[in-house]
Amino acid sequence: MFLLEVTISGLMAGVMYALVALGFVLIFKASGVFNFAQGVMALFAGLTLVGLMEKFGLPPWAAIMGTVAVMILLAWLIEFLVLRRLVNQEHIILFMATIGLAYVLEGLGDILWGSDVKLLDIGLPQGAVDWLLDSYNLYVEKLEVAAAITAVIMVIVLAVFFQKTRIGRALRAVADDHQAALSVGISLRTIWVIVWSVSGIVALVAGIMWGSKSGVQFSLSLIALKALPVLMLGGFTSIPGAIIGGLIIGMGEKLAEVYLGPLVGGAIENWFAYMLALAFLLFRPQGLFGEKIIERI
Amino acid sequence: MFYREAGQFKTTYKSDQALFPIAQDRIFIIGVVLFAFLVIPFFITDYWANALLLPFLIYALAAIGLNILTGYCGQLSLGTGGFLAVGAYASYKLMTSFPDLNIILVFLLSGFITALVGILFGIPSLRIKGFYLAVATLASQFFIVWLFNKVPWFFNYSATGQITVPPREIFGFLVTGPEASPAITYLFTLTLVALFALLAKNMARGNVGRSWMAIRDMDIAAEIIGIRPLKTKLIAFAVSSFYIGIAGALLFAVWLGSAEPTEAFGIDQSFLILFMIIIGGLGSILGSFMGAAFMVLMPIFLKNFMVDGLGVQPALSEHVQIMLMGALIIFFLIVEPHGLARLWQIAKEKLRIWPFPY
Amino acid sequence: MSTQAQPVRNFEEEILSTHDISLSFGGVKAIQNVSFNIKRGEIRAIIGPNGAGKTSMLNVINGFYHPQEGMIRFKGKERRRMRPSIAASQGIARTFQNVALFKGMSTLDNIMTGRLPRLEKGLFSEVINIFLQAAYIGPAQRSELEQRKYVEEIIDFLEIQHIRRTPVGRLPYGLQKRVELGRALAMEPELLLLDEPMAGMNLEEKEDMSRFIIDVNDQYGTTIALIEHDISVVMDLSDRIIVLDYGRKIADGTPDEVQKNQAVMDAYLGIPHE
Repeated sequence: MFLLEVTISGLMAGVMYALVALGFVLIFKASGVFNFAQGVMALFAGLTLVGLMEKFGLPPWAAIMGTVAVMILLAWLIEFLVLRRLVNQEHIILFMATIGLAYVLEGLGDILWGSDVKLLDIGLPQGAVDWLLDSYNLYVEKLEVAAAITAVIMVIVLAVFFQKTRIGRALRAVADDHQAALSVGISLRTIWVIVWSVSGIVALVAGIMWGSKSGVQFSLSLIALKALPVLMLGGFTSIPGAIIGGLIIGMGEKLAEVYLGPLVGGAIENWFAYMLALAFLLFRPQGLFGEKIIERI
Repeated sequence: MFYREAGQFKTTYKSDQALFPIAQDRIFIIGVVLFAFLVIPFFITDYWANALLLPFLIYALAAIGLNILTGYCGQLSLGTGGFLAVGAYASYKLMTSFPDLNIILVFLLSGFITALVGILFGIPSLRIKGFYLAVATLASQFFIVWLFNKVPWFFNYSATGQITVPPREIFGFLVTGPEASPAITYLFTLTLVALFALLAKNMARGNVGRSWMAIRDMDIAAEIIGIRPLKTKLIAFAVSSFYIGIAGALLFAVWLGSAEPTEAFGIDQSFLILFMIIIGGLGSILGSFMGAAFMVLMPIFLKNFMVDGLGVQPALSEHVQIMLMGALIIFFLIVEPHGLARLWQIAKEKLRIWPFPY
Repeated sequence: MSTQAQPVRNFEEEILSTHDISLSFGGVKAIQNVSFNIKRGEIRAIIGPNGAGKTSMLNVINGFYHPQEGMIRFKGKERRRMRPSIAASQGIARTFQNVALFKGMSTLDNIMTGRLPRLEKGLFSEVINIFLQAAYIGPAQRSELEQRKYVEEIIDFLEIQHIRRTPVGRLPYGLQKRVELGRALAMEPELLLLDEPMAGMNLEEKEDMSRFIIDVNDQYGTTIALIEHDISVVMDLSDRIIVLDYGRKIADGTPDEVQKNQAVMDAYLGIPHE
């Protein structure tokens, strides 16, 4: 029973990681940018949401709308100030720019909304799933189930979006080659604003889930850093990869902590995810579902 | 007008290969070095040493180390903090286990130990590239910090988990510990850093530097002309870690005096030093110094300006500082991805034709 | 360029031969059962319509691609799989279709990198060497100056003194190709593989490049295999020619022979083959 609980707990944590990783994959797929700031975006979204509710007394649904608007505005600003000026630079430069972005958002979030821990309550169900507890003596949080369902819905929506719609196709073209996309008339700017907005909304969802569970605080962005090994496992360009990678990491981490942790003094969670991903990458450098990079001479 | 190199012809390859072929450059550098060695020690105070000069020198050394790996060899690493820790803890264990060991040897050995660790964590770099490698280096970062937190042998079973440096002397002068005079700690650090900077510059200009840059620019072509990627990368990891290890040992033993893993060697340090080499200029030894100076001075300047000048709360000033750091990174990447070093070069170019605009 | 018949040069010793090489990527057959040889000291051209497998053939020769079938014999030793770095140290150098220079370095530095494989030593002396390089004393300094001297001769030969210190990323395409040739020459190769060395050049640049290629072959005795699309250049420069089409060899002989070959004309005119 205990093993099952730990596994489920791990899977649920994995879903949370996957939510953050999803935002990464979107941006990477569509703009070839590895957005280091994704985690901080989730934090920022969460902070804004709480801030709108507390400082302005907005009801949850209005606050969510407001935050969505903020994230769209943010996406537009990022495109205008940063992305536009770094068109066609090497990926490593863009990556480092997103590190800078992470710091900017972190500082901004602190200044605007304060850096103390905030409770996020938007009416998501709390507490354990009663019938599981009663029938099987299994402790599973309602919140985590809600998160899992949300994640699945988002994945389906996004997958359809990418494969079937015109915009989705354009996004994939941009991810492949900026210049080529430009030359067939795809407006890079619009695409980027769209992608970063969608990613921002995904970040908001992640922020809501994490925040409802453990409060909105700085450690959220550190947890989001864990989404990186998730991506390494799942491949940077795969939406299902993000989910599966998240599940594997979440589960692996929890199991390691519970069973291996006591042997070595605990707190394995700090690094286990990374080591797991590293070991994995040695055998499959592009992750489970990532695209193999073929170099031509 | 002053900076013309007209008339300075080199008649042998040897003189053309000199470090500072232009006479004005030579004079300038000699001036700076003389000033650093002969003038500053007489005016230095505790504050100047601890707040400015020691961190500047030490971070510059670490920046040179990271530059070798990331700037010259193109292997992005976010694990600098971890390697600083290895150097620091190595020096601690060496000093406490072998009290009679000469301090210079302690530092050199700490460097070598860090180099070995660096080689170990560098092995994945043959299979893993780019961002994937960056994330892999995070594995080393988090693991090492965890290790030094958890395994009591590293901090000699002390109750606080902190390590403190025992007092050590060189040529009869105390160089570690709270009693050491700022002039001595400064001179000691300066000598080491200046020496290693020179060595790094020579390496960068020689065969090993060229093989690093070849791997960075196009590793497939490099392999095809016969450069062995794994060997070259591992050498980069080794040399880079050596430098970072010594910087870590200096950071702990000479500057801070005591340290605790998460705070002194956490991921924020890794980012800080990465920012230094981006702002200073990737693939430039001079840039490492400039970036270090910038990142050490900026918070101090900002704090003075905001807190003392504008009366802003210290906490707020810190947040602004964080924002500004991020904004500056973005700014530099947009405006001059080659950093301050390139701006310096451009300034020199303009100086050649000054006072004429063309 | 003139197309007068040139005196036929005779070569004896074989430096490289391929035997029934087949290479495919996924389902695509890039090369099918190609066998030919290259004699030491000659200039051998590989021509054919686009997509014929010419670059793939070069890639097989220097070990970048591994053929599924077939064998290569280089300097008497048989090899199926070769690693590029080993090919380099054994005396094979090449240039690339899309100039593969190290964009972050200057001309001088780029050509100097060509000297590296010659200096390969065991691991231990390599480590010692690094220390010496850091200190820039003694053997390291001497070695650096020696290399500089050798590379400067190449720079003189290729007439690129004026761009020695320029970062190659800033050079015009034609000069980049020349620098790339310089880097290949710095490797002191016995066999030089040139992949479209004149692509994108104007008449004057082509004449210069042709002159360099002939001079390299003359002065250093380097065997040259080159892929080139400009037929008149090929006819002028080469001793023997191989023609590939859809991965197969359809002709092999002197320029005169190949010129009159019906299959070759068909291939170029696009007459479908069976």
